[in-house]
Amino acid sequence: MKPKVAFYWCASCGGCEEAVLDLGEDVLPVLEAVEIVFWPVALDWKREDVEALPDGSLAAAFINGAIRTSEQEEMVRLLRRKAQLVFAVGACAQLGGIPGLANLFDREEILEQVYVRVPSVVNPEGIKPSCRWSDGGRQLELPEFWEGVRTLAQVVEVDYALPGCPPTPALLADAVQRLLNGTLPERGSVLAPDHALCQDCPRQASKPDSLVVREFKRPHQAWIDPERCMLAQGFLCLGPATRSGCGARCIHGNMPCTGCFGPTGRVRDFGAKALSGLASIVASQDEKELENIFRGIPDPAGTFYRYSLPSLIGSRKAQS
Amino acid sequence: MSERGQKLPSDVRVGVYVCHCGVNIAAVVDVRQVAQLARGLPGVVVARDYNYMCSDPGQELIRQDIRDYALNRIVVASCSPHLHEETFRHAAAAGGLNPYLVHMVNIREHVSWVHPDRERATEKACELVRAAVRRVVWHEPLEQARVSIHPDVLVVGGGIAGIHAALTLANAGKRVYLVERQPSIGGHMAMFDKTFPTLDCAACILTPKMSAVQAHPNITLWTLAEVTRVEGYVGNYEVEITRWPRYVREDLCSGCLKCIEACVYKDARFPDEFNLGLSKRKPIYLPFPQAVPQVPVIDPATCIQFKSGKCKKTCVEACGERGAIDLQAVPKVERVRVGSVILATGFQTFDPRRMPEYGYGIYPNVYTSLEVERLVNASGPTGGEIVLRDGRRPQSVGIIHCVGSRDRRHNPWCSRVCCMYSLKLAHLIRERTGAEVFNFYIDMRTPGKGFEEFYQRLLEEGVHFIRGRVAGVSDWALDPSEEGKLVLRVEDTLLGIVRRIPVDMVVLAVGLEPRSDAEELRRLFRVSCSAEGFFLERHPKLAPVSTFAEGVFVAGCCQGPKDIPDTVAQAGAAAAEALALIDRGSIEQEPNTAYVLADHCSACRTCVSLCPYSAISIVGGDGRPHAEINPALCKGCGTCVAACPSGSIRQHLFEDEQIVAEIEGILAGVAGG
Amino acid sequence: MKQLADNRAESSNGFEPKIVGFFCNWCTYLAADLAGTSRLHYAPNVRVVRVMCSGRVDPQFVLEAFAKGADGVLIGGCHPGDCHYQEGNYKALRRYVLLRRLLEQLGVEPGRFRLEWISASEGERLRAVINEMVEQVRALGPFRGFNRLPVKLAQLHGQKECSKEPASVETVEL
Repeated sequence: MKPKVAFYWCASCGGCEEAVLDLGEDVLPVLEAVEIVFWPVALDWKREDVEALPDGSLAAAFINGAIRTSEQEEMVRLLRRKAQLVFAVGACAQLGGIPGLANLFDREEILEQVYVRVPSVVNPEGIKPSCRWSDGGRQLELPEFWEGVRTLAQVVEVDYALPGCPPTPALLADAVQRLLNGTLPERGSVLAPDHALCQDCPRQASKPDSLVVREFKRPHQAWIDPERCMLAQGFLCLGPATRSGCGARCIHGNMPCTGCFGPTGRVRDFGAKALSGLASIVASQDEKELENIFRGIPDPAGTFYRYSLPSLIGSRKAQS
Repeated sequence: MSERGQKLPSDVRVGVYVCHCGVNIAAVVDVRQVAQLARGLPGVVVARDYNYMCSDPGQELIRQDIRDYALNRIVVASCSPHLHEETFRHAAAAGGLNPYLVHMVNIREHVSWVHPDRERATEKACELVRAAVRRVVWHEPLEQARVSIHPDVLVVGGGIAGIHAALTLANAGKRVYLVERQPSIGGHMAMFDKTFPTLDCAACILTPKMSAVQAHPNITLWTLAEVTRVEGYVGNYEVEITRWPRYVREDLCSGCLKCIEACVYKDARFPDEFNLGLSKRKPIYLPFPQAVPQVPVIDPATCIQFKSGKCKKTCVEACGERGAIDLQAVPKVERVRVGSVILATGFQTFDPRRMPEYGYGIYPNVYTSLEVERLVNASGPTGGEIVLRDGRRPQSVGIIHCVGSRDRRHNPWCSRVCCMYSLKLAHLIRERTGAEVFNFYIDMRTPGKGFEEFYQRLLEEGVHFIRGRVAGVSDWALDPSEEGKLVLRVEDTLLGIVRRIPVDMVVLAVGLEPRSDAEELRRLFRVSCSAEGFFLERHPKLAPVSTFAEGVFVAGCCQGPKDIPDTVAQAGAAAAEALALIDRGSIEQEPNTAYVLADHCSACRTCVSLCPYSAISIVGGDGRPHAEINPALCKGCGTCVAACPSGSIRQHLFEDEQIVAEIEGILAGVAGG
Repeated sequence: MKQLADNRAESSNGFEPKIVGFFCNWCTYLAADLAGTSRLHYAPNVRVVRVMCSGRVDPQFVLEAFAKGADGVLIGGCHPGDCHYQEGNYKALRRYVLLRRLLEQLGVEPGRFRLEWISASEGERLRAVINEMVEQVRALGPFRGFNRLPVKLAQLHGQKECSKEPASVETVEL
């Protein structure tokens, strides 16, 4: 009997699902080797079908997206019960991802912004979504939109993480392969190399031995020399802090790394460490001048926690 | 299990020792409660409180417990680790434990001495102990690295302190570089006539030592020289010294001084620095008769050749074929490698212009004590005659003590020497002129061998002592007896009346203060200074000549005001410390170095430029490049560790796990923490 | 310990800020030693973590302290130009300037996070800085977490609408 697997998406953009499709022809042997019993984005199975499965009967559940709603939490708890292994797929599931930036704002602020303030919205009565709605005797129930965004691991136990926004098809294929061969590493591992991107950067050789930054430019503000280290050119590149495994796709596209693969295994907090490394090499010893140089980073939280705000150190505090 | 870091050792057995320090800790902190709390912490096998942990029985307690309870971690809650970390590491080592498995908690300086509230002090002590227990769990056995000590020594400053230290070291067979900024060594002592309380002639005791420096084969003397750059660390300092040109070559000059005679200026016209402007010199001059080296110096600011290039250069002619005069000389940079350094840069006297009420710079007959030292000196501007600027001999002299000292508006400290040198000057003035001498003092401070006896002698000699701080000096005569005199107004606090004392001459006993340029030198050598600006000793009692920069010692008044005997004693102590260091040959280094996890490092190069010691380099260029830290060069600041964006640099004794455990331990009691 | 904490709450009947200090071994730690030998009394709210240099202070430690319940964080280093390791304090300054902006975005009021240069001789200044900061943080009140995130997350447990069963949260560190 082929091992059963499930795919599920929570608060995400769908990019991780695309990554599965991006396997292209390589997806065929996967489909031969496993039986997919649940995949809402592609196949029409219902929650009841999953609930009907015996606990632990799935070999693995591949879950992408962060947790924002009651429905997402319920579903991942259900899948956790049914699956022997849970894979957090992609930056949102692993670290909170882009949706996690919502944690900079209150739930009420978000609803107000989205349903009332946005210029394209016409909502004179200021109606906002509510969980229960009755109309002509019919009851409608919507999932609750919760106060904060959480990572998958903050909700259920996670066995493996596949980093990236999205993970590369190669990483996905490798994970499935390992699952099938029984060659997965120790539980809790991140299934990507445990060194920073600079190691695999095509511009590694162009790095000056003494890396010093005098200004921060953003990619739209200046021409980027496609041969030279981005940081050496003053473009904020998070390659030194970010786990490798992406194949340096952004760098190949002449764009600096924004950190979607998250921290290496030795780092407790991605944003803090990335900030530390970057600030340390700024060539100034004067507070005012430093403030000026750092104006080139208009949004530190959005820069250093672009993919990881919900996994900020303090966020774990609430769970204990 | 987290991916990061080491696994928590499972077989941890911690012993916790809470010191009473007599009543120093126990009077405020409930030491029993601290020990009791410790007993309940995970991993703690035994926790005790004891009267004096640093005592032999206290240390024996640790040694015995290591054996009896198979302890493998020790926490000592007592005083500052700066005081006793070594003690307890040794105790652990004597008990068979690696010394780096010990951690200290500072519950004296940081708790009992600063927080009088028993409850809150105890609470803080408890939290610090809890943090330390959590931290020490992560400690690992470490080996000390050793660095060799270069046997050569640099002495900065050629006053009596520097001279004595240099001679002591040189006599012990060590090579010494003595650097002096002035054209001659000798410092302030060379300006004095007699020394208190014995009244022996300063020159008679100093000059032989100055000559000995010059003649000593182990001493390289550089005058007109300054330290301009310092690199390295204990055992291996690399120092750059800039030698400003003298324009007379020391190696060729015979000291005949004919050049001075021959100068186109027939008369000396420029203020003589050594005599504080009380006499004149020529552009080419010998700083003072006993100067070492005995070589004239040309002052380019006053020499015609330097100013206009149109001098007849009679000095060059006079020197003849010796050719010692070199008007083309340029600054020369010397680089030396030394293992240790003695700073003996001395002091400056308080500038009494900052106290205009005493009239210095306004009334010509107000002098500083240092000027009077020159006046009474047989080789001074007046040949030892005490005469006023108008040539009169003073009939009456007032000496004002504590000028600039013990004064909240200026320097709050006592300069220690002013009472005694005022007595000396009073004696010399009275002896040479027969004048009436009045001493105006706040308190007489004469603690020293023979000092009080000298004071008694002065009292018997008929010198007047008026207790009171002088309010002002003026030439406003209120009655004919004050006409043409300087009038000191003072509240005589023994009589309880305000008095006006007319005198011919006022001597201001100016205090001692840190040199205004000490700051630069201090920074070069990474030495700390105390609030007033004197160099800071490592410990005021136990390490009075050491500094927080290892291998750098201090001697003399750069560390604080002191008299000649104390200065010489301190210079000897500094030399002894340097010798001890040299004779050990090598020194153990705190093994708190940073290290790279080569397999994980991505060679991002963030760290390379951060290291002030150039200890980090990128290696493995062809295969897998990664950073590498040279442990011999690493000083353990941990800057690269904090900066490493991928967490691939770690630091012994300051591992992330250790520090985070400490943070968690501190905050473990906070609700929700 | 618990008893102590209770006593304290009773006796002062107010909020006692908990501040974590990261003091460099050569200047600020020694200033605290000097304050001790000089018997200068100051607020007992700061707990000192000794590091060799302010340059060792990893922003992660600062976040960790706030995350674990600190109401304030004080980094103490040598004055500019005085660093025992030449320039470590400047590295601390670089990080501090950027980190304080980040912390503001995360809802940490500026008064809770300070970098101060306190030399080995400045026991008096150490006392002044600590007393001042303790009062400042006392006025700000207890730190409630980054962006009140823990508060937000805590509210998850008390959802009234819709939630069928209260969600319990498990922690897994990856």
